[in-house]
Amino acid sequence: MNGLYLVAIGNVPANTLEWIENATTEWFPMPIRRLPPLPIPESAYDVKRGQYQSVEIMKMLVQHAPRDASRVLGVTDVDLAIPMLSFLFGQAQFDGPIAVVSLCRLHQEFYGLPPQESLLRERTVKEVLHELGHTFGLVHCSDPTCAMSLATHIELVDAKAEQYCARCGMQLVHRFAAREGQV
Amino acid sequence: MKKNWPILVVDDEEVMCESMGAWLREDGYHVDTAPNGQKAIELAKSTDYAICFVDLKMPGGMDGIETMMEIHRHRKEASIIIITAYATVDTAIQAMKEGAQEYIVKPCNPQEISMLVARILKLKKLQSENAILRKKLNRQYRHYDIITKNPRMEEILALTQDVASLRSTVLIRGESGTGKELVARAVHFSGNRAEKPFIVVSCAALTETLLESELFGYEKGAFTGANGQAKGKFEQADGGTIFLDEIGDISPKLQADLLRVLQDRRFYRVGGNQEVEVDVRIIAATNKDLPEEVKQGRFREDLYYRLNVIEIRLPPLRERREDIPLLAEHFVQHISSALGRDVGGISAAALKVLIAHDWPGNVRELENVIERAIVTCRNGTLDEQDFSWLQRSAASAQNWEVPDVPLGELERRAIVAALERKHGNVKEASASLGIDRSTLYDKLKRYEIVH
Repeated sequence: MNGLYLVAIGNVPANTLEWIENATTEWFPMPIRRLPPLPIPESAYDVKRGQYQSVEIMKMLVQHAPRDASRVLGVTDVDLAIPMLSFLFGQAQFDGPIAVVSLCRLHQEFYGLPPQESLLRERTVKEVLHELGHTFGLVHCSDPTCAMSLATHIELVDAKAEQYCARCGMQLVHRFAAREGQV
Repeated sequence: MKKNWPILVVDDEEVMCESMGAWLREDGYHVDTAPNGQKAIELAKSTDYAICFVDLKMPGGMDGIETMMEIHRHRKEASIIIITAYATVDTAIQAMKEGAQEYIVKPCNPQEISMLVARILKLKKLQSENAILRKKLNRQYRHYDIITKNPRMEEILALTQDVASLRSTVLIRGESGTGKELVARAVHFSGNRAEKPFIVVSCAALTETLLESELFGYEKGAFTGANGQAKGKFEQADGGTIFLDEIGDISPKLQADLLRVLQDRRFYRVGGNQEVEVDVRIIAATNKDLPEEVKQGRFREDLYYRLNVIEIRLPPLRERREDIPLLAEHFVQHISSALGRDVGGISAAALKVLIAHDWPGNVRELENVIERAIVTCRNGTLDEQDFSWLQRSAASAQNWEVPDVPLGELERRAIVAALERKHGNVKEASASLGIDRSTLYDKLKRYEIVH
């Protein structure tokens, strides 16, 4: 059965992948597997902005996707951006196999506050559910407590719950039901 | 709903198109991308984009401003957002002057762009709701194809509703082309006879004997060629309404016959000896001054009073000029779609010309004028120059050298000239004279013009 692969890109603490593994097992009916960690591609670094272009990182993930991968989720600690936007919490191929989440702006330290691991775990899970939701064709949700609502700053991430709203959750279930046997 | 607002991203950098497209798709938008201005315009021709993000600097070919202007040429409603780097803010301001709705300096905050898109689409949604409401409002001015916001006409329409279900005879008076038949239809179709026939008889178009058999039918052998019994219009209209147009033109004999029908709803078929009884509502119309005709002894006074139970006087178009824009807009939509022409509207300057015109042929003339303009129009909107001939003909009419002859002779000459111009085509000749066909037939008879 094709599975969801998790891969650390650069320096990512081991327990982060455990959080993600636990959360994704709850929502996605497929084997959750890990790939060996990947280095941050040099081509992704934007010297002028001091940030990493997420499209380059996603390209790398495409190259390293195993044949039996349904989805590949990269997790990185570096700050992501695209040319148009000053930063991203994460990015996904809409209705496609690749997604990436950045932990950089999920840390309290980024905002000059003392570290808080439980909060980091919550935020990470929310963003992982959000980006993986996009890979399964979910669009932004108008319910601010749903994992699929659009967060353009950290307060909006904190306003979400670590779950999909009933409507998005059902959409996901229908998606899996439709793809039964293919996943 | 978001799928109704497609977005286009134009940038020569592939990564920019890709990442921006992906970000907007996550929000549920349909997004297309183009690597240059030419491709963008090609896409804009086939898709009605709500928003176009256009990079200001694109090396080779068209730059952002040229692309924007060209997109606007095809998609007037599209909102253009110019994307620029910090160094070119001055040019971005220039772009705003050229018609860009916004400009953004990249990279921008995700919240900023998300709010910008939401704000523009909210505005578009309001605009489209506004357009829908306007259309609804326009429809409110329509009663059985009568389009008006003129207080007098509205009173008339209210009256048609009030009398719709009565059997009382209605007399509609008004100049040619003011919509007498439409009002008659409004009366019939708003009342309890709506499911029954509505029969139109143009009294001026037929000779006395023809009209008699047309109205009352005939028995077998009533006249040469009457090979069987035939029902007349009164019988055909049984249970419904008969509309007698140009009632002022019927002969004294028919006036007497009609009076009888009006009194007891009974008549004989031509050549018949058995009475026929019908339940018919009569609506009559005329452009003649019937009281004057009565005074002159040409129309029976008793018939006039029988007909004139409920009188409706339709104002000429020049007395309801506020309806000209409504009517013009209606005719443009209606005629352009009937003719398969892509004419979507009428400019303010053109409307001014139409409002100023005197419309001797009333609404029918306006309809003909708009049809002519649509046929010859080269743009998507009717403009002042599409009606320049109207101004010219009005001007030349003012500078006419009028021969010193009686008024009737002038009319006779005008009719002959119109028939000659239209090679004997009565429909076209009547349209160019601004009168209806039945009136033209009547005048042909009156002036003994052999046609």
